[in-house]
Amino acid sequence: MKNFTDKTNISAKDCNLYYGDFHALKNINVEIPERQVTALIGPSGCGKSTFLKIFNRMNDLVEGCRITGEYKIGDVNIFDKETDVNLLRKNVGMVFQKPNPFPMSIYDNIAFAPRTFGVKNRYDLDAIVEKSLRKADIWDEVKDRLKKNAVGMSGGQQQRLCIARALAAEPKILLMDEPTSALDPISTGKIEELVDELKKDITIVIVTHNMQQAARIADKTAFFLLGELIEFGDTEQVFTSPEDERTERYITGRFG
Amino acid sequence: MRKFYSALKIVCYVALGVSLTALAAIVVNVLVNGAGKLSFRLLFGQYKSASPTVFPALVGTLQLVLIAILIAVPVGTGCAIFLAEYTNNKGKFVKAIRIATETLAGIPSIVYGLFGYLIFVVAFGWGYSMLGGGITLAIMILPTVVRSTEESLLAVQSGLREGAYALGASKVRTIFKIVLPSAASGVVTAIILSIGRVVSESAVLILTVGMVVNKVPETLLSPGTSLALDIYYFASHGYPNEAAATAVVLLIFVICLNLLASGAGKLIKRKTGEAK
Amino acid sequence: MKNIHKFINVREKVMRGVFLFSAVFSILALATITVFLFANGIPFIAKTGVGKFLAGMKWAPLADQPSFGIFPMIVASLYVTALSVIFGIGVGLLTAVALYKFVPKKIVAPIRQVINLLAGIPSVIFGMFGMTVIVPFVRDYIAPTGVGYGIFSASIVLGIMILPTIVSVSSDALNSVPESYYEGALALGATKEQTTFKVMLPAAKSGVFAGVVLAIGRAIGETMAVIMVIGGSPELPESVFQSVRTLTANIAMGAMELTTDARAALIACGVVLFVFTLLLNVSFSFLKRDKTEKSAKKEKQKTAATAEEQVEFSQEESLQKTLNPLQAATLQEDTTPENKRRQRNTPDPQPYRTEKEGEEQ
Repeated sequence: MKNFTDKTNISAKDCNLYYGDFHALKNINVEIPERQVTALIGPSGCGKSTFLKIFNRMNDLVEGCRITGEYKIGDVNIFDKETDVNLLRKNVGMVFQKPNPFPMSIYDNIAFAPRTFGVKNRYDLDAIVEKSLRKADIWDEVKDRLKKNAVGMSGGQQQRLCIARALAAEPKILLMDEPTSALDPISTGKIEELVDELKKDITIVIVTHNMQQAARIADKTAFFLLGELIEFGDTEQVFTSPEDERTERYITGRFG
Repeated sequence: MRKFYSALKIVCYVALGVSLTALAAIVVNVLVNGAGKLSFRLLFGQYKSASPTVFPALVGTLQLVLIAILIAVPVGTGCAIFLAEYTNNKGKFVKAIRIATETLAGIPSIVYGLFGYLIFVVAFGWGYSMLGGGITLAIMILPTVVRSTEESLLAVQSGLREGAYALGASKVRTIFKIVLPSAASGVVTAIILSIGRVVSESAVLILTVGMVVNKVPETLLSPGTSLALDIYYFASHGYPNEAAATAVVLLIFVICLNLLASGAGKLIKRKTGEAK
Repeated sequence: MKNIHKFINVREKVMRGVFLFSAVFSILALATITVFLFANGIPFIAKTGVGKFLAGMKWAPLADQPSFGIFPMIVASLYVTALSVIFGIGVGLLTAVALYKFVPKKIVAPIRQVINLLAGIPSVIFGMFGMTVIVPFVRDYIAPTGVGYGIFSASIVLGIMILPTIVSVSSDALNSVPESYYEGALALGATKEQTTFKVMLPAAKSGVFAGVVLAIGRAIGETMAVIMVIGGSPELPESVFQSVRTLTANIAMGAMELTTDARAALIACGVVLFVFTLLLNVSFSFLKRDKTEKSAKKEKQKTAATAEEQVEFSQEESLQKTLNPLQAATLQEDTTPENKRRQRNTPDPQPYRTEKEGEEQ
């Protein structure tokens, strides 16, 4: 098995994805740089979330989903037979649209991934939990109630807990699927700050509905429409002088 | 015309009254008739044919519950896990499992009794035994366990499964650490209700454990009795007082189990913070 | 790191096998039951002769010249079942209707809870109640023959016993009829009573029918409650107050007198009962499949969900819910695995959706 190295740029070549007969992603080629934030934008149903989920192979769980093309993280081909899907997912963390804390204590939530990969020692776990919660900037809020059930937290806290939970697996890439769409503006702001902080160590790909958000936090932006990648480039360039007319129309709010 | 329907409405009230009265009558009748005849000696005393006791039945019931639950719960949960987590509810195999469990659920208990008799008493040569009775009961409650467990598993939000997979957890780990604990309230409720069914059952046992009311079973392969069976025995062998008293014990058992089932479900829900 | 993955992968496979085995277990169990019953029962029926067994009028397994006709007992089983189901449906359905609209909402839930609780009363207690209360009452005040044991008492006891099931199933069926029907009818000037009986009840009929099938299954298979009040003479029923013997009672009563031939005869009775319940099950699943196909077709057509379809669907739901007779006592959940599954397995609709983003923001 090829191990994941520190090289975490993501590449997709000739990406095509089908749900049964439905051609959901069409001939997408993209190179996502490492240790930057890349935003995927586009109207609902354009395939951006689907595209995101290729990289931790969450689409494997969808019935009737078929993927062709070549996908690499660093030098590792993620659909290679040698690639262990669980190890892939450890390295490629994911944060979902709706916060999904497990119905257990905050501590156990964070410790879930390390325990999955064999960390049993109490001190090690304590250290990982604290480190992850600090990274997700939620340590101060929860340090006194680590044994409390995570389900009792507010939506924004739950989402940051989910980020901490993902970080506890020490991922090299973090996929975020509209992580703030269910949150209030203050929580959203906190998570955006967090993303900015995290990109120092981690490659982040974020799907967002909110163009201001993309403009605020992303280094690169990719615009999807009807399963096609219309435009990909530096955020500033995409937002100020898009090459494609459709991108411009979308960004200026004339459709979508 | 309107009058006709208003009259029907009154008939409905009467029916409601009849239903509630009939069912209340049973509970009240059993309690009133039997409560005075309960005694410590009847519950825990030495069995003599002049003054029988239900102590052997208490032991027997406990044994039957343990055997049936120890078999039905793991197998039933396993089956439910397979159906809920490993299949997409399509295909011939899943259909075959469903038909099998549905058919098992519809078989009358006396037929289970015959089956238990044929296989354990005769074919295995165990004679009447608690083990044979317990296994037969396990098969009988299996469909209930499968169905309620599957229901609770499917009620677990798929977001939790995705969350676990996305952290690199394998399927088995996801099932045991995330899905099953999240479904715990439903599973526990199902188990307690199944215990209630085992305690209530008697027709199966006539043919499998032998209704030996006077001896505590020495081993699992000894014949024995249960509380429900004792009621039948006492009522039909000229011990009406003992029958009435035993009925009180059984009824209280069953009602407690039912209350416990909903109580335990709620408690676990609160503890795990299970979102509803 | 590598070792742990190997371990995980092996564990995955092993556990999948364990779950698979558990799943196959119920098929194996059913197969074993069928094989054992048939292997022991069929030869006896063949030896006696199908006609002589099923249509024979005399049951005397222990006589010098034994005779194994179970026709009187088949008739008795059907007789008792029919009477008890009529009684149970009559009272139970009307009770459900009363609970549906005619009783203050506040007390409906507690009443239903109590009724559900009563569904758990052991059948042997029903039997004892019948023996100590119903039988003497029938003997003293109703039966012209002065005998309390018999069809009438058994039917009453069974009728009470299946009441909770019927109330529970019928209530669910009524509750799954869309409220818009009710409001629509009221808006047209119908009274509350008219609406309930002429609109809601017919709309719930397939769910109620499922309850009837369920009740039949329970009544025909019940042993203990019957055996204690039925009397037990294996005679062809002529009067409703006559002491008879049902198939189930026959097996239980004969259980103590197991000589070789008599035992085989009892097993043959079990086979008959088993086939009976199989037939009930099969007809029931046909009923269910019909419904499922219908609604599946409709889903495919993607027509807008009219109220009518919703009824179709919700009725099917209550039908599926009642599919499992043993579940009757615990019928409190609102969805069946099949239905929940339908919701869960619908693939994420997002890729198909084309509506404008603006609507979501």
